[in-house]
Amino acid sequence: MQDVNWIALSIFVVLFGCISWLGFAAARWRKGDLDQLHEWGLGGRRFGTLITWFLVGGDVYTAYTFIAVPALAFGAGAVAFFAVPYTIIIYPLLFLVFRRLWHVCHKHGYITAGDFVRGRFGNRWLALAVTVTGIVATMPYIALQLVGIQVVIGALGISGTGLSADLPLLVAFVVLAAFTYSSGLRAPASIAIVKDLLIYATALAAIIVIPIELGGFGKIFAAVPPSKLLLAVPGPNTTGAYSGYATLALGSAMALFLYPHSLTGILSASSGHAIRRNAAMLPGYTLMLGLLALFGFFVIAAGVDKLPEYAAGFKQFGSNFAVPALLLHSFPSWFVGIAFAAIGIGALVPAAIMSIAAANLYTRNIHREFINANPTGKQEAQIAKRVSLIVKVGALVFILFVPTKYAIQLQLLGGIWIIQTLPPVMLGAYTRWFNSWALLAGWAAGTFAGTAMAIATKLTTTFPLVVGGHTFPGYTAVYTVVLNLAVAAVLTPVFNAMSSRAPADETVAADYHA
Amino acid sequence: MIGAQKKRGGWSWWYLLFVIQFAVALWPPLYNRVEPTLIGIPFFYWFQLLWVIVSAVFTAIVYFATAD
Repeated sequence: MQDVNWIALSIFVVLFGCISWLGFAAARWRKGDLDQLHEWGLGGRRFGTLITWFLVGGDVYTAYTFIAVPALAFGAGAVAFFAVPYTIIIYPLLFLVFRRLWHVCHKHGYITAGDFVRGRFGNRWLALAVTVTGIVATMPYIALQLVGIQVVIGALGISGTGLSADLPLLVAFVVLAAFTYSSGLRAPASIAIVKDLLIYATALAAIIVIPIELGGFGKIFAAVPPSKLLLAVPGPNTTGAYSGYATLALGSAMALFLYPHSLTGILSASSGHAIRRNAAMLPGYTLMLGLLALFGFFVIAAGVDKLPEYAAGFKQFGSNFAVPALLLHSFPSWFVGIAFAAIGIGALVPAAIMSIAAANLYTRNIHREFINANPTGKQEAQIAKRVSLIVKVGALVFILFVPTKYAIQLQLLGGIWIIQTLPPVMLGAYTRWFNSWALLAGWAAGTFAGTAMAIATKLTTTFPLVVGGHTFPGYTAVYTVVLNLAVAAVLTPVFNAMSSRAPADETVAADYHA
Repeated sequence: MIGAQKKRGGWSWWYLLFVIQFAVALWPPLYNRVEPTLIGIPFFYWFQLLWVIVSAVFTAIVYFATAD
């Protein structure tokens, strides 16, 4: 691997130090009693439009996104751009569905999706299914954030064997764990602001400077092989790459706000207006993500994957090394330091929110529901803080001892699993027509079928559905959530007929809007 | 206006803008082509980036039109 880049490393360390201080100082920001779960785990629901913008942005557009989307463009071409329609269609969902959820959660003091499902359907087992799915789907996601840090640390030239190789990651991790423990959601919210300024500066500079260095966009795209430039036009009797592209965008969008960390970001907003305004403002990040995806093509045009000094990096990290290599190749060391710090800090923000979200879920919907029904506020907050540590240690152990490809595959499965909570959570925001046991059966059918289909396709995202001689390749998550809904809809009248007693709904129609 | 009051939290015709937004974003045959290029960027890429901006404007329109 290349030598240690001291200038870049120094800047990286200084910026990391600054945000660590900020993370601890955040405990005093918009001060609240951090011994209450909604203060520690939702920042007291005090974040206005702008802070919510940074927080949800830091949540959705993670370090892994910044590494993996351009890496996919570099490796697979046009299909990577599905991230753009994906992040176009999430915002109407935010505007319509999640504003309703915000209102009902605010009204009843719900902190998690499990809380809402428990209150809405009065079925603790359905709430448990939603909770466990949320926690299990989040874990590999946290692990992938650590991969993001690992890649930039490797690109700074720090290498070695055994403990010394993992030491920088361990340090970053301890800092993350400590400030999350002490400051709760306020830490990632304050750091998200700094992180975004750094990311925007990096992205803007790169999108202007690199095309000039490479002789313009015309030359860049001319260097991209025609097979990668566009989606393959489908042959006869198949919808080919088109249905794959569209369902990937659709399924990812439906899954996104079901992830516990997204919901935590949304619920910490101070008003429904803040949510709706954000639906119009958050596409600012989509635009940046689209530009970042183009970096994959810059890598091809610059040919950095063929330069000997980066061969070791590509060998170790695969196409995930594409963006760091491009930045190293195109910019002076001081700027590389800023850019890498942006990516590294970009990993801390979502990792913190994810561990808080998983901790909230465990505390509210497992511990309080099944172990200790009446904890004091202080006990509840204490449990959540400890669980946030356990969750992060789990992710760290995973990254240190399990090959990265398993984290990626688990995250892929996580998307298929989390979408199975769509009927109780998203449709639950509109109707409680469904029988809660039918929803549980639908969830089980979708989860089982999704896992089986993913294994049958050797853990790739799309499943070739064959109907009447036609092939419809599509994102497994979309097919299985349709199955889930069908099972829930068919079984609802059956289960209703078997039992005349419907559990109480804590919520009323007026709770769902201002 | 009284009708609008009643419909709080319900359906609004402005939401059709979201339907347009979805339909275009999820229909790849519409934009899967190279020409016309914009400053050297194939249509596939610049159109989708443009659609991000159009969608944000649509959402803003719905926000102001349905503000209560």
